[in-house]
Amino acid sequence: MCAKNVFRIGRDINFGDSVIFKKFDWSLIWMKADEFCLLLKGYGFNFFAGVPCTILREIIGNLMSDRDVIYITATREEEAIGIATGAYLGGNKSVVLMQNSGIGNSIGALASLPLLYKVPMLLLISWRGYRGKDAPEHLIMGEAILRLLRSVGIPFQILSRERVEEEVSSAVRDMEKRQIPVALLLRRGVIK
Amino acid sequence: MKRYEAIKAIADLLKEDELVISANGMISREMCAIRDRSHNFYMLGSMGLASSIGLGLAISVPNKKVIVIDGDGNVLMNLGSLTTIGKLCQKNLIHVVLDNESHDSTGGQPTASNMAKLEEIAKASGFRTTKRVCSIEMLKEAMRELVASDGPSFLLAKVKRGGEPIPRVSHEPEVVKDRFKKALFDD
Repeated sequence: MCAKNVFRIGRDINFGDSVIFKKFDWSLIWMKADEFCLLLKGYGFNFFAGVPCTILREIIGNLMSDRDVIYITATREEEAIGIATGAYLGGNKSVVLMQNSGIGNSIGALASLPLLYKVPMLLLISWRGYRGKDAPEHLIMGEAILRLLRSVGIPFQILSRERVEEEVSSAVRDMEKRQIPVALLLRRGVIK
Repeated sequence: MKRYEAIKAIADLLKEDELVISANGMISREMCAIRDRSHNFYMLGSMGLASSIGLGLAISVPNKKVIVIDGDGNVLMNLGSLTTIGKLCQKNLIHVVLDNESHDSTGGQPTASNMAKLEEIAKASGFRTTKRVCSIEMLKEAMRELVASDGPSFLLAKVKRGGEPIPRVSHEPEVVKDRFKKALFDD
């Protein structure tokens, strides 16, 4: 699906029997949004609630059209955390989707609901303002996001094109072990 | 009517497997003191999210009634939730708001619900049934009716400010969660 195939795909030129690697083409190994959703479903996640972001557009589109899962559009990120907590109480496995700006809106709810009651959930957070390259409104939160997560004790994985499967696996293991929210940070261009 | 009496009236009518999400502050404290049961989820913090937790739960266990016991200050902190509930139109969700027009748990600072008609906001958001009651008898009658019919329902009960001093919820948060999940699993 992705990382394992790195050395087998690319745009090749054939000269008789020999193959010369011409140019490495990232677009051929990018995990697509539907593959990423399948990956999450593979871990049993079946309930999603969130607030949209352009980086999450394809993923949310996939979830909304998938009849095997529930996707709820919340009005604010803290509302999504409440809904996801209720879904967990009712026996589902939840993911909350949001832009990193939404951590600012919801950090109090995270601290006094899933962190306090030990409710496991994945937080799929799009990372706007990564390395200071973005519209001005994203820069402060883009710079602060990791410190914010650390400050309330939310473990995180920064997703990379090459290792999405391993990073998700590690986050889910951490979530199951500690029974708290664990974040996946998604930068632009990591999921196609 | 007093808030305590209103909570007692609701608690007395609860059937064994009906699920309750009670808002943080005095509402959870009083619910715990009046009728502590495994099917109650007492919120301690995350003010405003009772209706959201109730919604996620109601979607997940569609064959059970979920009763959210909320306050006016709480609803006003998460008004958007009413529109989400109205849009999803979950039949098994009953949202009760004990409205004393104040943040009574923190010293009685006034809220806007003396002007804003929360039940009308709920109606306009798409709740199937909305009611406003101002006496214990009306509250009991409305609860019986709403439990027997399809939701989402919104019940606004006007209550007086104030209450007797009451201890904090005695259970650890994790215990509240674990026994709630176990009770659901055992049903």
